[in-house]
Amino acid sequence: MTQPPLTLSQRLGWGLLGVTLLLGLWTLLTATGFVPQQFLPSPLEVATRFTTLLTSPFAGATLPVHLASSFQRYAYGVVLAAAIGIPLGLLMGWFRLLDDIVTPIFDALRFIAPIAWVPLAALWFGTGMGGPVMIIFAGAFPPCLINAYRGARFVEPRLIEAARMLGTGHIRMILEILLPAAVPSIIAGLRVSAGLGWQSLVGAELIVAAAGVGFMMVQAQGSVQTATVMSGMIAIGVVGMAIDVALRQGEGWLRRRRGLES
Amino acid sequence: MVGRRAGIGLATVASVGVTWWLLTSVTGIVDSARFPSPAEFGVSLNQILTRGYAGAGLAQHAVHSLKLVVMGFAVAVFTGIPLGLWMGWDRRVEACVNPIFLVIRPIPPLAWIPLAILWLGLGDAAKIMVIWFAAFVPSVINAFAGVRNIDRPIIEAARMLGTPRWRMVREIIAPAAAPMIFTGLRLSLQASWTTLVAAELVGALVGLGFILNMAQQDIYPGMILVGMVAVGILGWATTWLLGQAEHRALAWNVAARD
Repeated sequence: MTQPPLTLSQRLGWGLLGVTLLLGLWTLLTATGFVPQQFLPSPLEVATRFTTLLTSPFAGATLPVHLASSFQRYAYGVVLAAAIGIPLGLLMGWFRLLDDIVTPIFDALRFIAPIAWVPLAALWFGTGMGGPVMIIFAGAFPPCLINAYRGARFVEPRLIEAARMLGTGHIRMILEILLPAAVPSIIAGLRVSAGLGWQSLVGAELIVAAAGVGFMMVQAQGSVQTATVMSGMIAIGVVGMAIDVALRQGEGWLRRRRGLES
Repeated sequence: MVGRRAGIGLATVASVGVTWWLLTSVTGIVDSARFPSPAEFGVSLNQILTRGYAGAGLAQHAVHSLKLVVMGFAVAVFTGIPLGLWMGWDRRVEACVNPIFLVIRPIPPLAWIPLAILWLGLGDAAKIMVIWFAAFVPSVINAFAGVRNIDRPIIEAARMLGTPRWRMVREIIAPAAAPMIFTGLRLSLQASWTTLVAAELVGALVGLGFILNMAQQDIYPGMILVGMVAVGILGWATTWLLGQAEHRALAWNVAARD
């Protein structure tokens, strides 16, 4: 802060140092036999295991198939959360009575960690598709609702007054005034939802599922295959990052489009 | 206005309660095998309070979970905030640590649970490790952002007056970054609870997550609900405590600045 910003080469140098230190320590610990291989496999072993998993099945399927089944549940859960959370948030932003009714219920439920819904979800919807989808929904729903609500609530009052003076009805008011004004906030909420949903998916699969990456990791843990567990972690990280990048792209695209329109 | 809101809120809570009773006890539309009736909830609560469930009473489970959350949270905060402050202070440290963060951050904390169990077993240490992982990142990022957002003239002025290093951290950096740090702490606390419940559901011998796990296996909806309510109440209580701490710390801050 009191230093001048680093040049690009300095940044790269220090960054490289950090990563090298981490990888070096990891390699050193494993190569010297200080840490048993069963406990912490070397980076090379993890990489080999990862590529093997791409083609040969573990716990009933190859890694891409596990990922696909995870992603399907994830997509259902997040889409459901957005489809219910965003309209409800907008309605709450417009109808004060609805706000007063939903907010206390929502506040009471908010403190229950999404993962704590697992037993009920398993009881209600089974462990195949429905249960995990409900957990993802529980994780992804709050940011959708809160951000749509805040976005609608903090629309510039002048816009609402002007629309009201022109005799705009409730539905048009929500669709044409509140929704467009709330879009940036909604998108920000969606990104948070996507992250929390992915996290909830992993949790749900670790506990109840019979397929998916989380299930694969639990199976690997049971048979002490550390390299497989770590491969699962890498796959989860990569897909999670890809989801975030995709949403960020979408956000940028929407910004540009709105910029051109207005 | 406040009266109206509170009135509608109370009416809502009351009608949710009545609906719950009507659906489960009076009409039986909701099967008690799927969701417990108020009476069953009471029976389960009574059972765990008097005779215990899953090897211990409710208080024992709750205290154990609370202890783990507090320990994991404390370790994360005491390692995360200094690292964040340091990263904010020294750009070289930031450049060094950032790439590691970029690699590790996309992996959700819950994905560390199997590895933690492999390394440390089903005991407390594995849970503390996972909570530490979950709560560490928000602490670091917010402390870092807090330092970066300090007005440069303040630091330059302090430096010109020859403020020694430790006084600089204690009297300038930490207070100025405090609001951001508390935002990070709240996120950390939330993450701690989520991770703990997940870790205890995956494997534990005592704790609120273990109650949920056993109740799920016994198909005992009343006890599931007891576990969920306990998780909610403890989550609320710790958040409230943190809010009080924030209120005090920041009130002092404003007073000192004025």
